[in-house]
Amino acid sequence: MTKNISVTLIVWRQANSSDKGKFETHQLTDISKDMSFLEMLDVLNEELTTKGADPVAFDHDCREGICGMCGTVVNGRAHGPNKGTTLCQLHMRTFNDGETIVVEPFRARPFTVLKDLAVDRSSLDEIIMAGGYISANTGGAADANAILVPQDAADEAFESAACIGCGACVAACPNASAMLFTAAKISHLALLPQGKPESAKRAASMVKKMDELGFGNCGNEAECEAECPKEISITNIARLNREFFKSKFLSDE
Amino acid sequence: MHLDSKTPSGPLHEKWDKARFDLKLVNPANKRKFDIIVVGTGLAGASASASLAELGYNVKTFCIQDSPRRAHSIAAQGGINASKNYSNDGDSVRRLFYDTIKGGDFRAREANVFRLAQVSGSIIDQCVAQGVPFARDYGGLLANRSFGGAQVSRTFYARGQTGQQLLIGAYSALMRQVSAGKVELLPRREMLDLVMVKGRARGIVTRNLVDGKIESHSAHAVVLCTGGYGNLFFLSTNAMASNVSASYKCFKKGAFFANPCFTQIHPTCIPVHGKYQSKLTLMSESLRNDGRVWVPKNPGDSRPPSQIPESERDYYLERRYPSFGNLVPRDVASRNAKDQCGLDKGVGETGFAVYLDFANAINRDGHAAIEKKYGNLFAMYDKITGDNPYENPMMIYPAVHYTMGGLWVDYNLMSTVDGLFVLGEANFSDHGANRLGASALMQGLADGYFIIPYTMGGYLAENSFDDVSAEQAEFSDAAKQAKEKIQKLLNVNGKRTVDDFHRELGNVMWENCGMSRKNSDLEKALGQISSLREEFWQNVKTPGTGAEFNQSLERAGRVADFMELGELMVKDALSRQESCGCHFNEDFQTDDNEALRNDKDFCFVSAWEYKGKDKEPELNKEPLVFENVELTQRSYK
Repeated sequence: MTKNISVTLIVWRQANSSDKGKFETHQLTDISKDMSFLEMLDVLNEELTTKGADPVAFDHDCREGICGMCGTVVNGRAHGPNKGTTLCQLHMRTFNDGETIVVEPFRARPFTVLKDLAVDRSSLDEIIMAGGYISANTGGAADANAILVPQDAADEAFESAACIGCGACVAACPNASAMLFTAAKISHLALLPQGKPESAKRAASMVKKMDELGFGNCGNEAECEAECPKEISITNIARLNREFFKSKFLSDE
Repeated sequence: MHLDSKTPSGPLHEKWDKARFDLKLVNPANKRKFDIIVVGTGLAGASASASLAELGYNVKTFCIQDSPRRAHSIAAQGGINASKNYSNDGDSVRRLFYDTIKGGDFRAREANVFRLAQVSGSIIDQCVAQGVPFARDYGGLLANRSFGGAQVSRTFYARGQTGQQLLIGAYSALMRQVSAGKVELLPRREMLDLVMVKGRARGIVTRNLVDGKIESHSAHAVVLCTGGYGNLFFLSTNAMASNVSASYKCFKKGAFFANPCFTQIHPTCIPVHGKYQSKLTLMSESLRNDGRVWVPKNPGDSRPPSQIPESERDYYLERRYPSFGNLVPRDVASRNAKDQCGLDKGVGETGFAVYLDFANAINRDGHAAIEKKYGNLFAMYDKITGDNPYENPMMIYPAVHYTMGGLWVDYNLMSTVDGLFVLGEANFSDHGANRLGASALMQGLADGYFIIPYTMGGYLAENSFDDVSAEQAEFSDAAKQAKEKIQKLLNVNGKRTVDDFHRELGNVMWENCGMSRKNSDLEKALGQISSLREEFWQNVKTPGTGAEFNQSLERAGRVADFMELGELMVKDALSRQESCGCHFNEDFQTDDNEALRNDKDFCFVSAWEYKGKDKEPELNKEPLVFENVELTQRSYK
């Protein structure tokens, strides 16, 4: 088995958010299969820089699958073909010698392309601002063991809290909906006793913000779940809906 | 210069109480008149921003990533320590204090460490109130585990993603304050300089990483929470954007840099596999609770692990350290791995790896139990290496992970620059010459949630402040210099890429100022760094312009500062003619090859003072006085 492969990379280039953008093709040879996808882009960028060309901009930081900063669409799929894998954890052993790989930014109306593959996802922060927290000021907390949380509830909350906010769910959704992202946060907090007091209000407020920001509606296509690098389940969306309906029943407005 | 640590007088356990009483308070109605800049949004920065804003201050928070939730605290895996003694196994504030001081090889300040242990319990309370989904027992109580060299179970955890969950907690508290209008959030900004007005830190200059605009921001105080500088080594477990520039700029403005050579090498990382490698991935050392470290007994044994019988394996940590076994502190575990590889017993393609074997644990507890504990770590290992750790032992090797050194701060976390506070990994304060596992998260959150809210109040209440605006000359001068520096980088237009220089610098540092050091190597490294830096300024190639999204330019600026810091680290290592914790100078070791401290001559904090371009930095010493512990030779046998 050969360790090194050659690939043809068709990569999206866009100078800034007002530029129209276009695809550009590059041949890469002698790419080790042990390289991560981002390291392959590093190699491309070193070549481009040495040649005096502009390297490809792409977001990345921890390169161990947890910060949520990286993410592009690879061959039509957010974070590439592997299940439960961020782009930085995708390795070139996934690809065959001679393969053509198309790389594009995450596309959604609320995600502006800043340059090449880097997009602005601050709209996800805005959804969190609308209620993705428990209102607990520093200092007033009771002893941590004063609140009992059944183990299965803690585990379930953890599963939802594992979201890394990368935006793959939005990029994968035909409607560019942020339902999975929003639902994961609402579930995480609603499943815990600490989060219950605000849970109905939280759901109403976060969903409203999501709509305002121009994210689409959920069409139950489940593409988000399929592409989520942390494999967040769409049952979270069902839970969001429950919390949302509760908020409508209980609302004084 | 005399370094005043401002440590309160009185018995150890009353110091923090006394300090809190002695610190003046800002009237609640006046808090809104004060502006505070926080740089960085890791555990320290996010918790500080949120807590200061909750008190009523106007906070401006900056981060280098697109969102504050990305900060590298997120990658911490194993857990967070607290002296809750929920396990009823003998823990106490005093024991956590003692373990931390001893683990740091007696090179940290007693009072700071004791305070850290005192507030550790409140951190867990706060995090639970925020909804951090810590692991629980069946009855719903919090679960604890023993971690990284501790003989009590005091580590709280959320699977292998504790840092992520704690950061999301702090981030959500921060976003709540952004929403309330008390924090102005400025993401995708890099701090380029600290602005001083009349001898005080009064603001910063930043670069907007999207459009390249140089911006000035004024405030009454600046809080630096910009993390560590492990990326100097090129390969480290740090995130790609982690850098020293903000700290280094403050160093040039008068903040002393303490113990720069104290770099923690983490024993359980995935080994290097090629030249193109951009970073190293840590496998939480919680794995050492169940994994057994071994190498073949015979040098050069290249059989696959399954074909090496039990009798031909050397579980060298268990053999050499019977009472701590695989749980010896990080520096000890790392050095032993290096030694084994030096004896030609290293495994894997490169020979720079040792086995971490779970076969016993899987036989004992079952596949499901191990998966529940470490599932995500095993999956990560499999993804990166393409090898299944349930079937084959993992291969691990040490990698640069954390820097105990950082800007010098007093008991109030203020640097030698008035009004410049430094929190979290960016300061030097609590871990001495070696940090214990699960203590970084504790320190970041202690600083941000429970210390800066008090000490900042004291600083603001005790001083009077002139009106300062970001339009005045000190700011425009700093902005102009920042622009000139950027232009200088772009103008070189040489032949070698930034990464190429960075890789070479990292290699020089790893070889000479890494896991073990010796005087002759350190001397040699000084010359190598100096000539590399010279070449950098003549031959670096930074494409593009300053007025655009330009990641090469960002890296070039950071590497330029690493080139200078590298020299300072080596000088620091050379000046400390002893071994202690992570700083293992081969010329100073016991007969058992353990670090040999010299408490008579080196029981101090080295605080380096910048004296100007091309001038030797000056070493200032803060003597460390131990009144509550006896200095002993660390022993984990």
